[in-house]
Amino acid sequence: MQNKKTIFVCCGTGCQANGSMKIYQALLEAISGLNLKVEVVADIKKTGCHGLCQKGPLVHIAPQEITYIHVKTADVPEIIERSIIKDEVIDRLLYFDKQQNAKIQSKSDWTFEKKQYRIALRHCGGIANDSIDDYIAKGGYQALEKVLKTMTAQQVIDEIKKSGLRGRGGGGFPTGLKWTFAAKAQGDVKYVICNGDEGDPGAFMDRSIMEGDPHTVLEGMAICGYAIGANQGFLYIRDEYGLAVENMRKAIADAHSKGLLGENICGSGFAFDAEVVRGGGAFVCGEETSLIHSIEGSTGEPTPKPPFPANQGLWGKPTIINNVETWANVPVIINKGADWFASIGSEKSKGTKVFALVGKINNTGLVEVPMGIKLREIIYDIGGGVGKNRKFKAVQTGGPSGGCIPESKLDLPIDYDSLIAEGSMMGSGGMIVIDDRTCMVEFARYYLKFLSEESCGKCVPCREGIKSMLKILSDICEGRGQAGDIELLEQIGAMVKANSLCGLGKTAPNPVLSNIANFRDEFDAHINDKRCPAGVCKNLTKLYIDKEVCIGCGLCVKVCPVGAISGDKKQPHILDEAKCVNCGSCRERCAVDAVRVR
Amino acid sequence: MSESLEISKESLEIAQKYQPKRRYLLAILQDIQKHYNYLPAEAMETVARYLNVPLVKVYGMATFYKAFSLTPKGKYIIKVCDGTACHIKGSVNLLAEIEAILGIEPGQTTDDGLFSLETVACIGACGLAPVAVINDEYHGNLTPASLRQILEQYQGGMEDAK
Repeated sequence: MQNKKTIFVCCGTGCQANGSMKIYQALLEAISGLNLKVEVVADIKKTGCHGLCQKGPLVHIAPQEITYIHVKTADVPEIIERSIIKDEVIDRLLYFDKQQNAKIQSKSDWTFEKKQYRIALRHCGGIANDSIDDYIAKGGYQALEKVLKTMTAQQVIDEIKKSGLRGRGGGGFPTGLKWTFAAKAQGDVKYVICNGDEGDPGAFMDRSIMEGDPHTVLEGMAICGYAIGANQGFLYIRDEYGLAVENMRKAIADAHSKGLLGENICGSGFAFDAEVVRGGGAFVCGEETSLIHSIEGSTGEPTPKPPFPANQGLWGKPTIINNVETWANVPVIINKGADWFASIGSEKSKGTKVFALVGKINNTGLVEVPMGIKLREIIYDIGGGVGKNRKFKAVQTGGPSGGCIPESKLDLPIDYDSLIAEGSMMGSGGMIVIDDRTCMVEFARYYLKFLSEESCGKCVPCREGIKSMLKILSDICEGRGQAGDIELLEQIGAMVKANSLCGLGKTAPNPVLSNIANFRDEFDAHINDKRCPAGVCKNLTKLYIDKEVCIGCGLCVKVCPVGAISGDKKQPHILDEAKCVNCGSCRERCAVDAVRVR
Repeated sequence: MSESLEISKESLEIAQKYQPKRRYLLAILQDIQKHYNYLPAEAMETVARYLNVPLVKVYGMATFYKAFSLTPKGKYIIKVCDGTACHIKGSVNLLAEIEAILGIEPGQTTDDGLFSLETVACIGACGLAPVAVINDEYHGNLTPASLRQILEQYQGGMEDAK
């Protein structure tokens, strides 16, 4: 009897950066050399992101459910020999779960996975990312078929409305309502757009879905096309996402060959086609009207709303734009029903949300959780707490449009409305954990610098307001802060929020204003004491080595880029302040916390 | 054939893969950027004529989107990720180190045409922060010291090639 096994190799960008393609190739070669001798049929699949990017490359073996982390090409022969030919588990390659204090065989038992609930990411990591057959085998395109054969357009819209699905790209607008507007809008030609211009630094769930499960996005778009009466879709994908573009183009071609895109889909008479448009690299193109202008072949500058795209969008025609993660939810809602979806999540935020949990956290990666889960559960239960046993300071959500939530608010339930009430927002789902070595003033400056570069310059409040705020924050970080600066920041911030043309400007001051509200003492220390408590702002930081604590291990000497540290082995080291450039490498490396900030 | 005529001819061939419609302007410019590593003036003029779009609009696109460059880029393009996760894990120190070694800031190219430096707002490899990508090679968990070693390899590799 044949012993069939499947090896899933994560080939998302995170794992590829760690060399997973080499492992995929090595596995292929090893297996092809074996087939004649052993009665093992091993199918090797390239998959999308499994989630825990930090431990990559990840290799998962089914049906035994063995997950290996940090796999190297040198491990391949042993994996074949012991886990494929025999049924052994290689202990050395298993994930050590700190919370459970044990090595865990299967990823489904990791604490990282336990509180997750995968809807949008349901296939990522579990199917080959370049195979329409895999997608169909998992029930793919059933929702489209169901819609075309058994539902009217109005029934589809009603179902989405009833599910309570809200836009996952940031704003949280009810998806069904948006579709209603487009369905009611007059016109023979309508369009459906997938917003894959994920520009928010620190968020990569849309990329992972497009890379790992491209068909779910196409299926969602086709269902919408049927519901609103559109026959053409566009996927606007960020320029940096080469793999997503490649996989999505292949998915479109494959869907055509199966008759799931194109004319007369499933014999229903309904026609729908889709086309990939590569973005040009501009953050503002994540804004609906800018994105539309970019597809039209212009610069991506926003125009005032109304008219809303649902009434007058691409080439003036009614257009629905939804984000990648939103699209990924649509087929599941159709298959399992609105009531099922609405039973997950909180009162006004239904379903799940994918977050990119990154920064100073032990388990970095993509997590999908039910709405309403507490921030504390995400950070401590799933994320495993703050890295290197440092002190948690805050978590930033909503990217450049959001804000920081301090430790005192850790029991906040995560949904659209509670985050806005705290001066932050859901955004696309970046969740950046910050410890006591991140300076909140510099962090606010970081976002403003990003936004000042990305502001398209069309409207004055955004263009000039952000620039002025950035100048003030830079002065504070570099030691030129003055009394009254904070009040001035608040004043300009309020003006920018009230008067900017599009969402970029309307939310741009949020990171600054929320940091002032929650971490005012750090701003005061910079302005009044000319001191950066976190030791980040170089002009306001002086590092030294605490002789009582230093064990003379020499790790700091190795990482210092300017040779400022000296000392004999096992003797306290000395940091030459004249040479030191305050880069903090030694402080980051020191195992006993001997490098201190004056 | 002069160099500028050559560019006009080549860029017309690239443009003609698309129908002469305004909506393909972005895609055509991306293909030209990929071919030359920048947008030569002659190519922009050619595209403007092909699509019947004013040259100023083409120039507007070229300067608006970050994917485009008006000057040739280096052989190795170093993209330092300055996404949020990389930023709080010290990407600024990587940029300072590159400036110290190569004397270039983001947006600049070394005089020998070997390296260009860019920052990119998140490449989605946050688990490996801080990250830099040199051409298509990813380098994760970088420190200024490890980055220096990597750059030396690229510099050394060039000398071997000579």
